[in-house]
Amino acid sequence: MWGILGRRAVVNGGISASSLRSRVRSSSVSARSYAAAGSKEMTVRDALNSAIDEEMSADPKVFVMGEEVGQYQGAYKITKGLLEKYGPERVYDTPITEAGFTGIGVGAAYAGLKPVVEFMTFNFSMQAIDHIINSAAKSNYMSAGQINVPIVFRGPNGAAAGVGAQHSQCYAAWYASVPGLKVLAPYSAEDARGLLKAAIRDPDPVVFLENELLYGESFPISEEALDSSFCLPIGKAKIEREGKDVTITTFSKMVGFALKAAEKLAEEGISAEVINLRSIRPLDRATINASVRKTSRLVTVEEGFPQHGVCAEICASVVEESFSYLDAPVERIAGADVPMPYAANLERLALPQVEDIVRAAKRACFRSK
Amino acid sequence: MALSRLSSRSKGISRPLSAAFSRSISTDTTPITIETSLPFTAHLCDPPSRSVESSTQELLSFFRTMALMRRMEIAADSLYKAKLIRGFCHLYDGQEAVAIGMEAAITKKDAIITAYRDHCIFLGRGGSLYEVFAELMGRQDGCSKGKGGSMHFYKKDSSFYGGHGIVGAQVPLGCGIAFAQKYSKEEAVTFAMYGDGAANQGQLFEALNISALWDLPSILVCENNHYGMGTAEWRAAKSPSYYKRGDYVPGLKVDGMDAFAVKQACKFAKEHALKNGPIILEMDTYRYHGHSMSDPGSTYRTRDEISGVRQERDPIERIKKLVLSHDLATEKELKDMEKEIRKEVDDAIAKAKDCPMPEPSELFTNVYVKGFGTESFGADRKEVKAALP
Repeated sequence: MWGILGRRAVVNGGISASSLRSRVRSSSVSARSYAAAGSKEMTVRDALNSAIDEEMSADPKVFVMGEEVGQYQGAYKITKGLLEKYGPERVYDTPITEAGFTGIGVGAAYAGLKPVVEFMTFNFSMQAIDHIINSAAKSNYMSAGQINVPIVFRGPNGAAAGVGAQHSQCYAAWYASVPGLKVLAPYSAEDARGLLKAAIRDPDPVVFLENELLYGESFPISEEALDSSFCLPIGKAKIEREGKDVTITTFSKMVGFALKAAEKLAEEGISAEVINLRSIRPLDRATINASVRKTSRLVTVEEGFPQHGVCAEICASVVEESFSYLDAPVERIAGADVPMPYAANLERLALPQVEDIVRAAKRACFRSK
Repeated sequence: MALSRLSSRSKGISRPLSAAFSRSISTDTTPITIETSLPFTAHLCDPPSRSVESSTQELLSFFRTMALMRRMEIAADSLYKAKLIRGFCHLYDGQEAVAIGMEAAITKKDAIITAYRDHCIFLGRGGSLYEVFAELMGRQDGCSKGKGGSMHFYKKDSSFYGGHGIVGAQVPLGCGIAFAQKYSKEEAVTFAMYGDGAANQGQLFEALNISALWDLPSILVCENNHYGMGTAEWRAAKSPSYYKRGDYVPGLKVDGMDAFAVKQACKFAKEHALKNGPIILEMDTYRYHGHSMSDPGSTYRTRDEISGVRQERDPIERIKKLVLSHDLATEKELKDMEKEIRKEVDDAIAKAKDCPMPEPSELFTNVYVKGFGTESFGADRKEVKAALP
């Protein structure tokens, strides 16, 4: 059976169920870094694609591997056009064998190459987790600096829409608990470009957690961010919206929800500061604590399971370092403590909604009265 | 035998065959012998005969059930496009002969486990159309109460263990079921189904090695539809002879578009596995749809290839020709049967559309069998919590 080779396939951008959702423009009102009205917009998908493209162009050691990344143009079209541009020596379609190809990727990194390994979703990374943790994360330490692992593991993470229990888990907390790994989670197109470029250039193993439902979203993007030398620092959070009454920290898709919550809170006279973590490990404890010392209240939000989650770590950090500044107990909004159900109404109950963030922020604000 | 199997499937087939025909074929169990279209290719064993014992009733029921499966999958396509089905939806049309041939060779004590292309396997195991559509639409009467979705259909009372989303995982699980069958001396076997994409997974070889060492009654069934999502088999596997990949484990290559070849192979495999341990069956089959509803299925294969298979090898057309050549029904009677099937499917969909979504409290059920009253939480832990019983 011969597939179509060499034919330029006409494909929709992102033919997944999520692309049927209407695109919501980011309502970020941050005053900094975005160009004036009339500036360009870019989807997260294009941001990721351009980042990989530019890094492959700049460094011949960078190569891409994963399922359907080449001829299929990428399961979510993130690697679209790369095979045609760079050829089969730089873009590798793998069999459906995560343990094997991830091990091969880590081995290639040991020997000095810079693999960008795609997991079709991070749920499948569990088949390869031994290599991510034991073969990649710990190597530089175990070898006392002889063997560093300049690899990027990237792909969609967390819940999508109606994909059920085995395809909806968020792996941020698991990976971010491991010393030796860096864990990044972009939200906007600028995040996607800057963080992915930083990840590919970084000499350590980076877990890059994308979000399927964000791929099709458009964000304004500055000229600076479009430049091929653009890079964001790893380990620095971004204050998406400044505020003074309550700090809301989150990452990935939940940043959009937090910004919407901030709008709603503003209508009720509560000024929320929204922090986009960008980097789960290293966690920007300084920015988080500085914000909480300013507002005295904290709401942490994530999509993943609550127990031992990213929010739990942030709460611990704030209680440890800024205890006397807190005017209210810390609040956590997270995914429900159950496997992801399929039915639409149950799935909605299992994931944080804007109203949950608003409610928690209000609780934090009225608690001291 | 054939009659009792038919009535046990009656949940999926609402009307007895006699109502469809002027002559009463339903009680006619006249034996007939069908020749398989192709010989079997064997690895480390003697292939079974190409002459398959069947009956007029079985032949007719093959047609009916396969036509039902086909219609069900086509209807699911429309429901997905109408956004009544969400998430992932992997359709089986083209592969019906594998599901039906397997059922004809085994009992409900034999277990089946498969991956996510599971709607027709579920139906074959005795599931109803209503349960299928209700589950696909996330309603409370779905076979998993709306909580599983397309990829997670189960029917434990018919030894159908799902319904799995992670490629390859179902194979060691299937060998584990076989382990339990042997442990409990059940004289039953397990069919662990997987695709050509999953065939390269290391865990298969680990499970096969153990099955061979411990003589487990595991039958690994590779449904080779020649594409692992968008990747053709030759781009994913160094050796395309999936039936030989077991090395020291015997294997059989079967025309998966021929329900009788499938039946013969499964019967042979069951006898083998009960005596000698694991065996691999490679079913040469084809899926008309893309990998899932998100995949058009035409960027990595030509439309000519797809229509070619439909013309030359369609499993239902083959059975139809046999029915006609054995004079068991006329063209018109078969068309009437297809009309009935369409109506049955439409009725099940209408009923499923009326079925309510699960109650919000179902969010917290079935996390554990025994929860010891542990607290579980909703997204806002101070607003929504439950004690797991």
